[in-house]
Amino acid sequence: MRHRMHLVGALGALLLLTGSAWGLLGAPSERYMGNVQRIMYVHVPTAWIALVAFTAALACAVAWLWNTRWRSDHALEATVEVGTVLGALLLVQGSIWARPTWGVWWSWDPRLTSSAVMVLMFAGILALRGFVDDPRRRADLSAVATVIAYVNIPIVYFSVRWWNSLHQLQSSPQTVDATMVAPLRINAFGMLFLACWFAWMRMRAAESRHALEMEEEP
Amino acid sequence: MRRPAPLVILRRDLLQEWRGRARLGATLAFGVTTLLLFSFGAGPDPDLLRAHAAGYLWLAIMLTSTLSLAESFRAEMQNQALDGVLLLPTDARAVYYGKLAANLVVLCGLGVAMLPFVVALYDVVPVLGFPRLVGILGLGCLGIAAPGTLYAALAARARGRDVLLPLLLFPLVVPALLAAVSATGLVIAGDPMDQLGGWTRLLAAFDAVYAALCGALFARVVEDG
Repeated sequence: MRHRMHLVGALGALLLLTGSAWGLLGAPSERYMGNVQRIMYVHVPTAWIALVAFTAALACAVAWLWNTRWRSDHALEATVEVGTVLGALLLVQGSIWARPTWGVWWSWDPRLTSSAVMVLMFAGILALRGFVDDPRRRADLSAVATVIAYVNIPIVYFSVRWWNSLHQLQSSPQTVDATMVAPLRINAFGMLFLACWFAWMRMRAAESRHALEMEEEP
Repeated sequence: MRRPAPLVILRRDLLQEWRGRARLGATLAFGVTTLLLFSFGAGPDPDLLRAHAAGYLWLAIMLTSTLSLAESFRAEMQNQALDGVLLLPTDARAVYYGKLAANLVVLCGLGVAMLPFVVALYDVVPVLGFPRLVGILGLGCLGIAAPGTLYAALAARARGRDVLLPLLLFPLVVPALLAAVSATGLVIAGDPMDQLGGWTRLLAAFDAVYAALCGALFARVVEDG
């Protein structure tokens, strides 16, 4: 299992390198934004996989509340952490793109604001886990907080449609040139594999800490 | 006839607040101080202050809410009083709705008490009238109190509760805050484009979702094992 997961990580890195090289050198530049648009090849997969990680965190939270298996709690810790890191990266990439495109590093665009709120909410859950010593209570409280925070994610996703926004509407393969879709897809899979590898590593760390806590418990 | 459990909890919490009303007065003073500080931050321009009065009011309510919400569970954690409440022949959901109602009453009371200061400091008179303003205040306070009651219970069972409650609550209530500020601004300045209904519906939907969800999850926060 261990070797297989390292292989997944290596494959993820390889795909991400291939997709990024294709996006930077092979894909055509966008008509209006020029080369600035090429950040899309990492920005969009980061957004997708951050949402996937938070969805996995929700599944883990529900699983814990349902069957209280420690594995669910360890997976919850791992996925919330991976999702939060990806969410933070998403905001940084968005700012890098916004500066030449909109002329500012940050705009109070609803989607940007909602993404920042999402990252802060899940960062709060990580802080919560650091503030609770009892493993059982920590798992209960963070599962509840994850379910509540996840309700905000549809607001993030649909905010472009709900509110008038500066941000681009979501594209689909029908509206994007095929030469741009391929590197985007490769990077999405690369990011997914890398996220799975990170989550698996983080889950193992959580399992080790849990074993230690159980030994220390009187 | 036995009174419903949420009403018993509501009555008990309000009685407790009344007996400790000096603390409630201090919480209001904190809210008014923040209202005053916002004017120093924005400058003395009356037009600017009037334009942002709704935002200042809601930020003051939000900051004040962390004090009142945290206090609602402080007493419960002393001598394991909450465990005693949970031994009553009722489910945890009833305890949640009772405490939510008490927090809502306290928060609305604080918000209404801050209104004269908003009128005086920022020179605003709501074009659509005070009853509508109080209605929006009620919906907005429910938007803070519904997740706030659950998070206060959650933070009370963790270390660093003072930092944890705002850290968890503030990002979560951003949609409610946005809707409440916009609706209050429209009540103050008038609503020629008929936008008030949309913001009010958003606020009501947020309240309904979180009141239901937090009520369902409350047992897992307060019950051990």
